[in-house]
Amino acid sequence: MSKGLVLRGEGHVLHKLKYLDWGLVVLITLLASTGFTALYSAAGGNFDPWASRQMSRFCVFICGMIVIAMVDIRFWYRISYPFYFVCLALLLVVDVTGHIGMGAQRWIKLGPIQIQPSELMKVAVVMALSRYFHSATMVDMKNMKFLLVGVLFLIAPFILVATQPDLGTSGVIVMAGVVMFFVAGAPLWIFLTGAGAGALAAPVAWTLMHDYQKKRVLTFLNPESDPLGAGYHITQSKIALGSGGFEGKGFLKGTQSHLNFLPEKQTDFIFTLWVEEWGFIGGVFVLCVVGLILAYGFWMALRCRHAYGRFLAFGLMVNFSIYVFINVAMVMGLIPVVGIPFPMLSYGGTAMMTVLIGFGLMMSCNLHKDTKLSRM
Amino acid sequence: MNLEKDNDRAQAFSRRAFVIGAGQMGVLLLLGGRLAWLQTVEGNRYKTLAENNRINLKMMAPARGQIVDRFGVPLAINNQNFRVLVVPEQTDDLEQSLRALQKHINIDEKRIQKVLKLAKQSPSYTPIEVADQLDWKQVSTVEVNIPDLPGTSIDMGELRHYPFGDATAHVIGYVGTASKADQETEKDPLLTLPNFQVGKSGIEKTMDSYLRGQAGSSEVEVNVVGREVRELHNMKSREGARVVLSIDAELQRFAQQRLESEKSASAIVMDVHTGEVYALASYPAFDPNYFIGGISHDRYEELRSDITLPLSNKAIAGQYPPGSTFKMVTALAALDAGVVSEGTYAFCPGHYDFGNGRFHCWKKGGHGSVNVVTALQESCDTYFYKLSTEVGIKRIAAMAKRLGLGDTFELELKEQRSGLVPDEAWKRKKYDQPWHPGETIIASIGQGYMLATPLQLAVMTARIVNGGKAVNPWLVGHIGDKIVSRGVWEDIGLNPKHVELVMRGMNNVVNAQRGTAHASRITEPGMEMGGKTGTAQVKRITKQERAAGVKNQDLAWQFRHHALFVGYAPVSNPRYACSVVVEHGVGGSTAAAPVAKDLLLMVQQRDPAAKKMVMQVPLTKGAKNHV
Repeated sequence: MSKGLVLRGEGHVLHKLKYLDWGLVVLITLLASTGFTALYSAAGGNFDPWASRQMSRFCVFICGMIVIAMVDIRFWYRISYPFYFVCLALLLVVDVTGHIGMGAQRWIKLGPIQIQPSELMKVAVVMALSRYFHSATMVDMKNMKFLLVGVLFLIAPFILVATQPDLGTSGVIVMAGVVMFFVAGAPLWIFLTGAGAGALAAPVAWTLMHDYQKKRVLTFLNPESDPLGAGYHITQSKIALGSGGFEGKGFLKGTQSHLNFLPEKQTDFIFTLWVEEWGFIGGVFVLCVVGLILAYGFWMALRCRHAYGRFLAFGLMVNFSIYVFINVAMVMGLIPVVGIPFPMLSYGGTAMMTVLIGFGLMMSCNLHKDTKLSRM
Repeated sequence: MNLEKDNDRAQAFSRRAFVIGAGQMGVLLLLGGRLAWLQTVEGNRYKTLAENNRINLKMMAPARGQIVDRFGVPLAINNQNFRVLVVPEQTDDLEQSLRALQKHINIDEKRIQKVLKLAKQSPSYTPIEVADQLDWKQVSTVEVNIPDLPGTSIDMGELRHYPFGDATAHVIGYVGTASKADQETEKDPLLTLPNFQVGKSGIEKTMDSYLRGQAGSSEVEVNVVGREVRELHNMKSREGARVVLSIDAELQRFAQQRLESEKSASAIVMDVHTGEVYALASYPAFDPNYFIGGISHDRYEELRSDITLPLSNKAIAGQYPPGSTFKMVTALAALDAGVVSEGTYAFCPGHYDFGNGRFHCWKKGGHGSVNVVTALQESCDTYFYKLSTEVGIKRIAAMAKRLGLGDTFELELKEQRSGLVPDEAWKRKKYDQPWHPGETIIASIGQGYMLATPLQLAVMTARIVNGGKAVNPWLVGHIGDKIVSRGVWEDIGLNPKHVELVMRGMNNVVNAQRGTAHASRITEPGMEMGGKTGTAQVKRITKQERAAGVKNQDLAWQFRHHALFVGYAPVSNPRYACSVVVEHGVGGSTAAAPVAKDLLLMVQQRDPAAKKMVMQVPLTKGAKNHV
């Protein structure tokens, strides 16, 4: 077999295009289109300022995704570690000199574009861990020293992102990482002990939290206590969701959203806006699309014949699902308000780019599922 | 072998992957279920919305906290304000309703047009204010005719009122409707209420977060036309905290009125030990009550363009050359450096020659032989010229900064300016030029680049006469039931012997026969004041003018000298410090000292320092909870 893009045989560009998972591309486009519709509505029936930009970004990134999918998996395998360390370095740079955005240091300027290294890190961690576990034997997975080195891959970005401070993103990175340890075959007792220790550590975490974070937790536990302060978001979001009913209020007719009762309607609360206008039917539609995407990822991971691809596809699928779950649970008042967007629906360039890079890698795993990857 | 192991791993992976996959499926189902539950089962209260009804979460504005003086005298309160509101949705023809309303109360055409315009811009169920500040007769007329006025209602709100008017304008400031910018920088949903008032200047601004209070809420079910059907949930608003100031309102009013004899002036009276500010006056001022409910454009333009700057608080934002009031600084710097002592005399022939230049003393014939005490007493320039060349600007500037010049203080007013204490480093940075020795000479008498605010001059005086404690001025004593604590003032390390010498000079300025402010001495026994006059040059005196003997008071107002005085009392055991600046008042001894005398006499007679600040005073009328 040949490396990279070759014009003949199985490596042929046209051959690869033919076997690309077009079903997944369709599902992703469907989800993105839902986002465009909602953004169009969020702007009061205008393409500006959100929908138009989101659409042009999508056109660029989806092409990027297809290119990523067609690049040989061995290439991604080789750059897993370097990419991880570059992201780690960028995170450090942001922590030291980053520009201030929303009261936290998260951005870095590279020429004309702004990058959020914590976003890239979400993909980088999964890649690095996949590579690490790829060469592991069943014996390795029971070796404490081996596992601890793997944990280091998680701890470093967790600390850097958490101190930005962006507890939401750092939490998601760790959650995805824990799932990867689990599927890679780490002993079960570790997870049980970890859960127990977590319960014990909760009081300590509480004292380390920022005031605004504490307030979010408290308000979540009893949103009625502060209906006009921090509980305002949750209350308004629930009213919007509930008032959508079975069929929704109709396109562009969401009163909660359009009378500005709904905060951050173009980003964190975009799902609320969608459901208010399209009702239970619309909500279930989006959840089904998400479910199908997850099923796709699951299927891709299972049929991959090398460990790297299995872990990579599965990790990225889990990553995506965690984002969706947290966002939807948040707007429904099931968990406290954390600033986590709905991937592909929410307005925002970096987040969309990260998600599509992730899907591109997933597809590359599937396209190259039979490629032979050496142990080292 | 290898392949087999791989298969084992793949199987292990699959098993665990299925566990995760099942978990994900479970979460998806849970979320879908929650969605269904929110939209159907739990949603009895949301169901009304599905039938085109709406639940309104109404915010209830809290009453703004009062501002009172140290004895509990109200300086800012809330008056009842009756307004007529109209809800466009509740009337078939808005304009017709307004015309009908016009028959009962006076509404001008401009207002009608504005209401019609607002109605088009905002959702049709939000009330719009048509008229406010109605009296009882107007309220009852409208009330009686409500059945014929669809969409109209009477609302009782609150209006800020400042009983002392312009006497406290510069300290208290005023409130105004929250601007778009306010709403964006601050996320408090209260600011989105129509006409919600926030502090725009003075204490109203710096203490805004405490005065504002907490919103109440009421969740009301409304029907299709927006009429309230019933209240589902109610939470009372919490009134803002009461702020107690160190100000003595009577003294404040007296100070403000005393300044009216001048065209433009400012004064401060403060406690030399605690830093409490008892009066802080800047004249001319403005009546803050005009700002409530929107000041007219013409009136505002008039205030803004006035050359005496009535909108500016000159006591803290006016920067003037301190003139001879600075001589204590030079004296202390020289004593501190050891270049003079009580016995060091110098001869003043009326001028001082240095290099190629001649520096004039204000007294043409000269003062003869003077030491540090008599030089202060008669304000001999020559003596300080000579001192300065021996001390150098570095030590003079350092002493000025220790005494509070060039600095802003804890005082809770945002408009404070920092003045300027120049030295070599400053000039190099600012102009990229070396410092000239001649500049030290003019700095020694508070001229040249040197700038100070009246507040800084009062603090400087306080720090000298309290024996070198770095007292900081402040206004806010209590916020609600909390006492604002001030630390212990640091010692700035003045030698008590030097302080005694300088204070003897300041005592003589007023109480010795030949002192420059002898005419303004206080004769009440035990209340005598000490101080120092200052006359700051605004425009350089040309050779021709000096030769022709042009008198300063003959020049146009804006070219005349500023008149300054800093003082303290009583001389035996100083408690109060005071500074007075009369803009273009020609002479410190003639224009500023008499004002300071009246203020220091008044404050001693009232003696606010002897009485404790109030903690609890009964609420006054007009401060009831919001309805």
